[in-house]
Amino acid sequence: MAVIRDVMPAFELFQPATVDETLGLLERYGADAWIMAGGLDSFDWLKDRIKRPAVVVDLSQMMDLRGVRDVGGGLEIGALTTLTDLVRHPAVQQRFGLLAQAAELVASPQIRHQGTIGGNVSQDTRCWYYRSGWSCYRAGGNICYADSPTAVNREHAILGASRCVAVSPSDTAPALIALGAEFVLRSRGGERVVAAEDYFVGPDINITQMTVRRPDELLTTIRVPDRFAGAQFYFEKIRDRQVWDFPLVNVASAMTLSGETIQEIRLAVGAVAARPLRLTAVELAVAGKTRNEQTAAMAGELAVDGAVPLRHNSYKILLMQNLVKRAIRGGPMQGEGG
Amino acid sequence: MTEDRLKNASRRQFIKGVIAAGAVVSSSAYLFRSIPLSGQPTAAGSVERLMTLNVNGQQRRVDVMRQETLAMTLRYKLGLTGTKIGCDRSECGACTVLIDDVPRYSCSVLTHSVRGRRIVTIEGLAAGDGTLHPVQQAVVDEQGFQCAFCMPGFVMATVGYLKSNPSPTREELAHAVSGNLCRCQDYNKILTAMMRGAELMRRA
Ligand SMILES: Cc1cc2nc3c(=O)[nH]c(=O)nc-3n(C[C@H](O)[C@H](O)[C@H](O)COP(=O)(O)OP(=O)(O)OC[C@H]3O[C@@H](n4cnc5c(N)ncnc54)[C@H](O)[C@@H]3O)c2cc1C
Ligand code: FES
Ligand code: FES
Repeated sequence: MAVIRDVMPAFELFQPATVDETLGLLERYGADAWIMAGGLDSFDWLKDRIKRPAVVVDLSQMMDLRGVRDVGGGLEIGALTTLTDLVRHPAVQQRFGLLAQAAELVASPQIRHQGTIGGNVSQDTRCWYYRSGWSCYRAGGNICYADSPTAVNREHAILGASRCVAVSPSDTAPALIALGAEFVLRSRGGERVVAAEDYFVGPDINITQMTVRRPDELLTTIRVPDRFAGAQFYFEKIRDRQVWDFPLVNVASAMTLSGETIQEIRLAVGAVAARPLRLTAVELAVAGKTRNEQTAAMAGELAVDGAVPLRHNSYKILLMQNLVKRAIRGGPMQGEGG
Repeated sequence: MTEDRLKNASRRQFIKGVIAAGAVVSSSAYLFRSIPLSGQPTAAGSVERLMTLNVNGQQRRVDVMRQETLAMTLRYKLGLTGTKIGCDRSECGACTVLIDDVPRYSCSVLTHSVRGRRIVTIEGLAAGDGTLHPVQQAVVDEQGFQCAFCMPGFVMATVGYLKSNPSPTREELAHAVSGNLCRCQDYNKILTAMMRGAELMRRA
């Protein structure tokens, strides 16, 4: 689909060295400014000339907001930390393996060396009608091309659709929700902290945005509390090719057990709705239950309650059900594919 | 024979010269295109076009558009055409170069963002006297590629990876070059060549 052209259309380029400078630029240019961290979601938009920002605020020269800090058993992750640095960090590997697993499954090595965690959770949807510049609801128009009779919608939503059927593409988002992370957003006006699951919005709330971030805000830090440090984790991503491809469905769970009894669990699923979905009903239903086949089966069924398939994606319902089952059980059943 | 070679070489130089000149001419259109920013003059912190890039150990002065990617600068401004552009969308790996020893897709890097960083392309691997880098030598020894359009990307991804893990298993190396595609599709031969490269490097 992509067409190689000579160069991108011109834009004014700023390379702030500090957070304060960045916030100044965002305040000044507002919606005209495009934040570029690793740029790996940005370049498609700019090269395809679908989005034409007047100003690009490139964060490559900023040394703040990089790296992971160990704070009292939890983590403070700078938004500009690359996925590779995240995967390699000892505290992430040892205590929050769920996040390391999710980040390791993103795209390809070169993309992980450059793509940032802030960019990964803030990236836009992959719906190709929208990304090709069709004037759909999400782009300010009044139709969803992915939900028309002839649409190619194998990758689209089965839950939470409201006019738009695009899905959240991020692999790290469900892991951060399962870990109970918080996102710190800063603007010239101050700072606000939102729970990971509240960073993302569905089309019922805002059809043109994937997150609650305002144009004058910078995502600075992701805080992961110590609550689930070293807990039982499960992450699985299903995709067509084992490199590059976005999730068809992914699942992340963090669970604490007392013997075989599930004490506490947080569970999230990606690529089934416009936002990564935290499955609160399932969490409540399995808490206090014995971790066994029966509980897993019940969780799987409950998870897909109310799912509505489009013409080409009914497979996602069964896929999501099975992934949730595995997350509760802690893996595939014997004899089941890996 | 020698004369022929010389002729070919100078023809190549000539073509490269034309390409570079062409790029300069076409870029002047961008040079003079101004962006309406509610009438403000260029703000402080905005980027100057003229810059110095550290490429293959040399400091190269170059005039770079703000929206230019590193792959474009390397190929069309600096004449380093060993770096290939396959997809221009982070989806094939043909453009892989090392930036501070880390393999990255140069089609998806703003040139202005790597000011002061160490860039190494396929042209920078061989020694001054023309002795091939061990991984290049292994490509020759094993005849690892067919059309070889993907080869510079594979070699750069491998050289970058071997810096952190000089003795990889075949599986580890396969994972390390998993961000590189080959249309001719003999990944086994490619891997054999890259593994041999790792071995030659350990011996060197
Ligand atoms: C070929 C390909 C395959 C991919 N596969 C996957 C995959 O399998 N799984 C997956 O999860 N992702 C995938 N991605 C998506 C994504 O590019 C990477 O995951 C990467 O992490 C994005 O980070 P970035 O810093 O490069 O993003 P950028 O392009 O710099 O930013 C992405 C968006 O977030 C905004 N943004 C970035 N940083 C901040 C900040 N600090 N504050 C506020 N806004 C910010 C930008 O304005 C932009 O809109 C893929 C991308 C490509 C090109
Ligand atoms: S040309 Fe850069 S990845 Fe294909
Ligand atoms: S050898 Fe032809 S693309 Fe790889």
